[in-house]
Amino acid sequence: MSVATADPNTRTFDPTVYHVKKSAEGVALDIKDFNLWYGHAQALHGINMEIQKGEVTALIGPSGCGKSTLLRCLNRMNDLIDELSIDGSIMVDDFDIYGPGVDVIALRKRMGMVFQKPNPFAMSIYDNVVYPLRVDGITRKSILDETCERALRSAALWDEVKDRLKESALGMSGGQQQRLCIARGIASDPEVLLMDEPCSALDPIATAKIEDLIADLKGHYTIVIVTHNMQQAARVSDNTGFMYLGRLIEYGHTDTIFTNPKKKQTLDYVTGRFG
Amino acid sequence: MDENANLSQAERALERQREVPASGGAGAAGVSARETPPKTGRRVRTYTADISAVGEPALWAFGGALALGIILIAGFLAMIAWNGFTTFWPKPIAQVELRDGTTIAGEPTRGGTYRPGESVLAQLNDQQRAEIEAELGFAERTLYKTANFDIYGDDFRWVSDFEVAEITYPADMHLFQRQQWGDFVGRVAGLVIAGEEVPFDYDLMQREQSEARRRFNEIRNIERNEIGALNHYIERERLNIRRAELRHGAESERGAELIAQSRERIAEYQAQFADLQARVNEIRANDRNYRVTLEEVNGETRETELSQIVRFYPANDLTTLDKTGIYFSRWWEFVSTEPREANTQGGVLPAIFGTVAMTLLMVIFVAPFGVITALYLREYAKQGRITSIVRISVNNLAGVPSIVYGVFGLGFFAYAMGGTIDQLFYPEALPNPTFGKGGILWASLTLALLTVPVVIVASEEALAAVPRSMREGSLACGASKWQTIRYVVLPKAMPGIMTGMILAMARGAGEVAPLMLVGVVKLAPALPIDGFYPFIHLDRSFMHLGFHIFDVGFQSRNSEAGKPMVFVTTLLLLALIVTMNATAITVRNRLKRKYAGSQF
Repeated sequence: MSVATADPNTRTFDPTVYHVKKSAEGVALDIKDFNLWYGHAQALHGINMEIQKGEVTALIGPSGCGKSTLLRCLNRMNDLIDELSIDGSIMVDDFDIYGPGVDVIALRKRMGMVFQKPNPFAMSIYDNVVYPLRVDGITRKSILDETCERALRSAALWDEVKDRLKESALGMSGGQQQRLCIARGIASDPEVLLMDEPCSALDPIATAKIEDLIADLKGHYTIVIVTHNMQQAARVSDNTGFMYLGRLIEYGHTDTIFTNPKKKQTLDYVTGRFG
Repeated sequence: MDENANLSQAERALERQREVPASGGAGAAGVSARETPPKTGRRVRTYTADISAVGEPALWAFGGALALGIILIAGFLAMIAWNGFTTFWPKPIAQVELRDGTTIAGEPTRGGTYRPGESVLAQLNDQQRAEIEAELGFAERTLYKTANFDIYGDDFRWVSDFEVAEITYPADMHLFQRQQWGDFVGRVAGLVIAGEEVPFDYDLMQREQSEARRRFNEIRNIERNEIGALNHYIERERLNIRRAELRHGAESERGAELIAQSRERIAEYQAQFADLQARVNEIRANDRNYRVTLEEVNGETRETELSQIVRFYPANDLTTLDKTGIYFSRWWEFVSTEPREANTQGGVLPAIFGTVAMTLLMVIFVAPFGVITALYLREYAKQGRITSIVRISVNNLAGVPSIVYGVFGLGFFAYAMGGTIDQLFYPEALPNPTFGKGGILWASLTLALLTVPVVIVASEEALAAVPRSMREGSLACGASKWQTIRYVVLPKAMPGIMTGMILAMARGAGEVAPLMLVGVVKLAPALPIDGFYPFIHLDRSFMHLGFHIFDVGFQSRNSEAGKPMVFVTTLLLLALIVTMNATAITVRNRLKRKYAGSQF
């Protein structure tokens, strides 16, 4: 556990409190002084955050605090929004994903993403899973078959669907659809898996399955998960970032955040006094 | 606050309802004692229909509007179906003796009441006048289709009831449908078979007539197909000569050689032409040995070759089975042959063909054009003022009168584009235009332009309805924008796009006004698709069922004669559009099922 200090020049408010559990593998994503505006409204204020490689990082906070926005910056999904401007950098290895000349498509291939609502395509289960490979131009059936099985096994879905791979994915249950989306997210073997409230539309049993899955995937992938459900964050994550009004209030070891937070705002939130 | 108000209102309504059985007295049997009216003399409020409390007063208006619409449409369809389906049913021929001693014969087509004028009344006797007087000055009359246009100079005649002395239905009255001059009502006065006069015998004549029709069709086949082909080849060689002159010059060696070759071939074709002509003449000479003399009711006769009789039947001497046979044979003739007698008789095959070909061609043009435009507008263009203006303009285009598109099509497509194409690729045919006039290509392009707003609007809506989450899912997989559109957005939007296409097709197939300017003609000698290279002739004029209706109904020499054909053609056009739409809807529903299932 160590407390990092941010550059005092960018600070106009209470600095973030850090007590991050460092990963042995190092840092996967390094967010530095990151600001974001929707038009004239600033949505993120000076975020500094090191996402640890191979660990699960949870982002919690009340609605509208910017946690989804931050997550969607990591694979530049926010590019779709007009009138968006950013400042600062997010480093992956040695390059800035918002730097000039970055191949966004290549970047997104390194970052699998799972959304709030299951969003399988109107295709067969098989085609859904191998979609990232298909768009990559891979057509060899052996590779596709192998990837499909591996991804579905990783997503703990293989046994349920192995006999109906050619059926439409839209006929599956919500929980299955979400696991299918996870399988799709990891099919192209990304480094990071971004999850935007993956269980918010699922029932408790499906949620439990997804959480087990996250525990299984940990280590293979760096996982960043946005969640409204604090118990979930406490159960699945190694580090947790608490965000409020576009600022990262406290970022550190999950156990500490939930049992002994360093800031009052965090304490109030995790104990349910507001939010 | 609002809720409370609603609640209390609802309670009041409930209270009122409870009072209904109570006020009825006898209805109180099943109602608890609490609800019997108190005996204090307070006037029990009866249930007056407070329409806003009963609820949904507007339901009547909505339901009524729907019912009215359905009744109007059903009535319209019923009228067209009744008139269309009964047209070909054989009607009896009445022989009417008039009081002035003349006799007429014809099919009674319709009747009506009218008020005879002074001049008519003046010619009548007292008894007749008294009869009309009793009817308050009105008299009944019937319209007889007397046919025999070549003798009477008219096809129809009104006969007032007071003129009639006697009506009979003689069994030997026949209706003859002739290749020329329309129908003939009368009897057979003489029959010549193989050059010898024979007594009339219905079965014999029937046999000989079908044999004669076979000869007639043979002649037509030779003239149409074989001589037609030769004409086509000769025309091609003539153009080759012209092309050689334009390209190489008539004096140059190469030009002279080409011209000589073409001339040689023309001579060859002309020799073949003479052979065929001889064959035709031979058949014709034989055909002249089979003749029939027709006699109308007053004894005037017309002699004609048997092969000129398309169909004949004793109208007053038919069993229901015979009539059914004639009915279906006339329908078959209608859908499978070409028109004759200025379109008022015969079939509409070229018009069916033209309508279908033009509509399909239009869909081929409009589909990619509309969908690509919608894709750009919805997926690529930055949503702002300019896109809004474009979108509004596209919507407004749908409201431009179709004849304006016709004018544009003629000016831009036919004259400007077609004229340029002619100069570049068909200089040898000038001054005769090839593409520089109305044709099926320009007609379909004009209609494509007319219907493209419909496709754009529908496609845009379908694209907008594809959930954002799906696009994001695809993009997050590392798909490019085009891959996302191609694999995720378009398949999901396809049923909606198909709906737009169906609407466009329905509009295009029923459109007539612009077509009159850009390629539809009253009678097209050749179909746009035939056996001659290049097989599909997009420069040709064509016939169209919609224009056919207009032409037969309002442009023919006798609109009364064309009237039944108007209904039959309308029926056919409706059936054709319904068939095409049903096919498209089936395809769409199949697509819908494929992508069915909700997001959740």
